[in-house]
Amino acid sequence: MPQPWMNNKLVQWIDYRLPMFTFMDKELLEYPTPRNLNYWWNFGSLAGIVLVIMIATGIVLAMHYTPHVDHAFASVERIMRDVNYGWLIRYVHMNGGSAFFMIVYIHIFRGLYYGSYQAPRELLWILGIMILLAMMAAAFMGYVLPWGQMSYWAATVITNLFSAIPLIGDWIVTWLWGGFAVDNPTLNRFYSLHYLMPFVIVGLVALHLVALHQHGSSNPIGIDAKGPQDKISFHPYYTYKDLFGLGVFLVIFFGFVFFGPNFFGEPENYIAANPLSTPPHIVPEWYFLPYYAILRSATFDIWFIPAKLIGVVLMFGSILILFLVPWLDRSKVRSARYRPIHRQFFWLLFIDCLVLGWIGANAPEGWYVLIGQIATAYYFLHFILVLPLVSMIEKPKPVPTSISEPVLKGGGPQTAAPARSMEDR
Amino acid sequence: MRALILAGVAAASLALSSPLMAAGDVPHPPSVNWSFNGLFGTYDRGALQRGFQVYTEVCASCHSLELLSYRNLRAIGFPEDRVKEIAAEVEVTDGPNDEGEMFDRPGRPSDRFVSPFPNSQAARASNGGAFPPDLSLMTKARKDGINYLNALLVGFADPPADKEIAEGMNYNPYFPGGQIAMAPPLSEDVVEYADKTKATVAQMASDVTTFLAWAAEPELEERKRMGIKVVLFLIVLTGLLYAIKRRVWADVH
Repeated sequence: MPQPWMNNKLVQWIDYRLPMFTFMDKELLEYPTPRNLNYWWNFGSLAGIVLVIMIATGIVLAMHYTPHVDHAFASVERIMRDVNYGWLIRYVHMNGGSAFFMIVYIHIFRGLYYGSYQAPRELLWILGIMILLAMMAAAFMGYVLPWGQMSYWAATVITNLFSAIPLIGDWIVTWLWGGFAVDNPTLNRFYSLHYLMPFVIVGLVALHLVALHQHGSSNPIGIDAKGPQDKISFHPYYTYKDLFGLGVFLVIFFGFVFFGPNFFGEPENYIAANPLSTPPHIVPEWYFLPYYAILRSATFDIWFIPAKLIGVVLMFGSILILFLVPWLDRSKVRSARYRPIHRQFFWLLFIDCLVLGWIGANAPEGWYVLIGQIATAYYFLHFILVLPLVSMIEKPKPVPTSISEPVLKGGGPQTAAPARSMEDR
Repeated sequence: MRALILAGVAAASLALSSPLMAAGDVPHPPSVNWSFNGLFGTYDRGALQRGFQVYTEVCASCHSLELLSYRNLRAIGFPEDRVKEIAAEVEVTDGPNDEGEMFDRPGRPSDRFVSPFPNSQAARASNGGAFPPDLSLMTKARKDGINYLNALLVGFADPPADKEIAEGMNYNPYFPGGQIAMAPPLSEDVVEYADKTKATVAQMASDVTTFLAWAAEPELEERKRMGIKVVLFLIVLTGLLYAIKRRVWADVH
């Protein structure tokens, strides 16, 4: 039904020439959404809001930051001490990075659990993984900007990875650095690119949303909507549900910002960068720890392939393999709710990722190496072998015939899966 | 399956909480109940001013405090005139003047804290090759930095029999590796406190730790005050949003 303000003459005048109000009405207010989405579906819009917070705080920080090796560290401290509420803006930006990854990881695991990537949402999923890659680039380069010890050494370690590329590796590293070590040119280009990446992300998010709105959200049952009775308008139902979720998030987020702003940080990064002194442990931020563990799990050469190259390939492969998930999963049923074996392996993958994160935080010695190697092996086995095999072998439990049926019966969909018909698609 | 998850999470958290391979054998610094801990914590003004005195009379002969300006001392309770006096006690090199010469003048509140050495080479040369680090961010730049600093300052002791201490080094179990180039900086009554507090080593250590915690996080009090308001507001707002959400969804469920 059209909104009352659509009768306003000015609105109509504009809308006739630029249909922004029709668009808003169709995509934000009326937008039909499955009626059974649970709270795990809050994290998409939440990620979008955090992206806006990051851009807003980032623009203000950029007004006061100096991208020069001699001034970067001091300029950040100037923000903390002399800029009005600079400490607040910086702590929001700093913790916002962690929050962004936490939210996006939950969003991705939700997609994996409920099979949101399955047809016809493969491109939606792929765009999501591209957003993750862009976020990782932005986060990595942003972490370098304060020019603390961990900034500098993380930049050195990560850029050096490219030297593993055969033949042209060293040349590429010099090209990335703009010199023969991580130095002022590196800091300058990282600053430039760090400012660029969020807008790349915004573009990808726009495409992600276009792809989402083409077929609408997936849902916890994983079956398509059969008719209007299965859907409700986005507003007011999901606007208020998302706002409530946002409130919960902000309470937790500002709890960290105001009472533990350096909880996720590394003390070492409050020491100014010193190329002559290597920190005892170089560790990335928590959201990169699993990849770091995968990178370091390659401890031996295979034939003529050096361990370093294997590690780099595995690390990038751990993300790239996600692109293939829509085709690796052969199941006709989307939601893990009705896939008992698949569901167990999903949780195993989840634990595997936690283990990888834990290994990434520790020095690669003793048992940590072996545990890291096993966890890495399982990560890839899960996607290459377990996911396709289980999806082919497993006999799914009966799936409800419609979204509204279990919802309207009042019971939770989990308990009310009717046993009489298994949907044959 | 649920048991499997729980077991996994439990194992992971257990492993995370007990570092199986702590770096070396550095003991955990004892946790002190600082006045600025907790949601409502504030810096003890007396401790801050005494700590400033310890820094000025003891630490400042080797350690810089580059990120602070004398004007910042207003925040620890010194009146404006006193801050001007404190600043005027140091010589600041300024210039060049109209003749192109550098010149010395008394410090002003807007000046940064003057460093004891002109550069790091001079600092090393005067300290047997060791570099006394800047203290502006010290409590943030170490794990559990506030307790660490306090423990380090009182932690000097005679080395255990099996511990080799290199020439010019001092034993301190809290310093990574157990030996530190800094000689024990504090000894009983090395400063005479303006407020007549007895200047024991523990007292001075805790005072200067408080001062340096403030130097690293001068925004802490404002941050916590604002945080209480913001979080309380958000809790109420979230409660209201939940009520609205329930209301809106009433006809769907």
